[in-house]
Amino acid sequence: MTKTTDNNREGETLRLPGAAMTEPELDAWFVREVLPLEASLMQFLNRNWRDSSEVEDFCQDVYVKVYEAARNEPPTSVRPFVFAIARNLLINKVKRAQIVPIETASDLDALNIALDEPGAERSAIARDELRLVQSALDCLPRRCREAVTLRKIEGLSMREIATRMSISLKTVDAHLVEGSALLADLLYGQTDASRKKT
Amino acid sequence: MSDLSHQDRSLSASEVRNRAANWIVKRHDRGEWSDVDQAQLDAWIAEAPGNKIAYLRVEAAWKRADRLGALRRPPTVRNRFIPSLKFVAVTAAVAVVCGVYLSTTWHTIPEKTYVTGVGGHEMLTLPDGSRIELNTDTTLRIAESNTKRLVSLDKGEAYFQIVHDAAHPFIILAGNHRITDLGTKFVVRRSDDNLRVALLQGRAQFDTEDGRGKQLTTLNPGDVVVATATSLSITQMPSQTLTDELGWRRGLLVFRHATLAEAAAEFNRYNLKKIVVADSRIAQLNINGALREDDPQTFVRSMKTFFDIHVEERPDAIVLSR
Repeated sequence: MTKTTDNNREGETLRLPGAAMTEPELDAWFVREVLPLEASLMQFLNRNWRDSSEVEDFCQDVYVKVYEAARNEPPTSVRPFVFAIARNLLINKVKRAQIVPIETASDLDALNIALDEPGAERSAIARDELRLVQSALDCLPRRCREAVTLRKIEGLSMREIATRMSISLKTVDAHLVEGSALLADLLYGQTDASRKKT
Repeated sequence: MSDLSHQDRSLSASEVRNRAANWIVKRHDRGEWSDVDQAQLDAWIAEAPGNKIAYLRVEAAWKRADRLGALRRPPTVRNRFIPSLKFVAVTAAVAVVCGVYLSTTWHTIPEKTYVTGVGGHEMLTLPDGSRIELNTDTTLRIAESNTKRLVSLDKGEAYFQIVHDAAHPFIILAGNHRITDLGTKFVVRRSDDNLRVALLQGRAQFDTEDGRGKQLTTLNPGDVVVATATSLSITQMPSQTLTDELGWRRGLLVFRHATLAEAAAEFNRYNLKKIVVADSRIAQLNINGALREDDPQTFVRSMKTFFDIHVEERPDAIVLSR
């Protein structure tokens, strides 16, 4: 499997609708087209699902379904495709639930609206990428941020970071793991709900 | 299988995310990655569809964090500590040790030269904790003796954040001017015909190299000195303006009521493909906003959209006209 390398660079070519993607192309497509929608997807799920503790898992489920569906047939229009899947999952979940929350049921009727409006996500990211990454970095817990800064900005090795911060290698490792996980939420999620959790 | 309502879901999304983060750091940061590791990662990814998603997501974020670093230093050379030399710029990527010695002032002090090309950006950390950040198209030399720290800015722009040490004054030479640090943050920009020093924090002294001018000036925060061969002016600038001007440290150009001509000139400092404003009628258009310095295309595109400007793309230039 070669799917884990340089996903951002691959799969930039224009693709005819209906042509299946290779695995690396699919990965690159997912990172490029779907992940930037996360903030509005989370917002959508938060608005339409009462239990906010479940929303993160819900988002993950939407991703899996999107990924699998795109494997068979890549969508020509990504945003409506993703939100249609989210909507179907919501409806299924509402149906399965013992008690249907009234707000949820009525909100679902309105879900078709505004699915087609182009998202501002991508242009915003292109414009302010550096600022976004930097402000995400600023949101990390102090020691974690320090380790990530030394790694990503100063380019130090983990051993050098351990020396610089006077901590064990294992702690450096833990800081970086925490940092990468939180950065994913900060860079893609960035809704109030996901901030609360981080 | 992946539906939330399944009771057999063993891990929450955030737990899967954390596991993915563990793989990412292990793979990209621990410095050792074997075939066995790869096989284990593949097996983990194959376990559940969500694992792959979480992996892609965290990896994409971790790589985006890389871009910040790429601005600061070309990725080709990672930090090398050279403990045998006392005065080493820890993060030097384009350091060239020169055998050349400077005339008079520098005597026999060995020096190192740091060069950035057009669009380059370099951050140096000195052993005393001082930092120097080189902007685009800049040449700077550093030397240290027992009594002082000397920097010569031959061309371009650099930001200095100096740890004050009375026993080793930090002195910057630029043309025939001299800046002596008294514990400061400041930025120095040198072009063909003038020198500009802006002080952000602390204090510094500004005078001529040989001291003959008797124009010793103490700079306070907000002071901006502009010196040409024949003139010297000092003005006070709001700190917001100075902060805007330092946007390059984050890879950004910040324009507040700049003219199109000024904005184009700024972009041209950072890019080999030059923006040419070929029409005096549009040169005075008012520009506001922050843009990536390495992305003149976006700038030109928005000019085109907002001002209905004609854009002609040539191999070496982007020509703007009515």
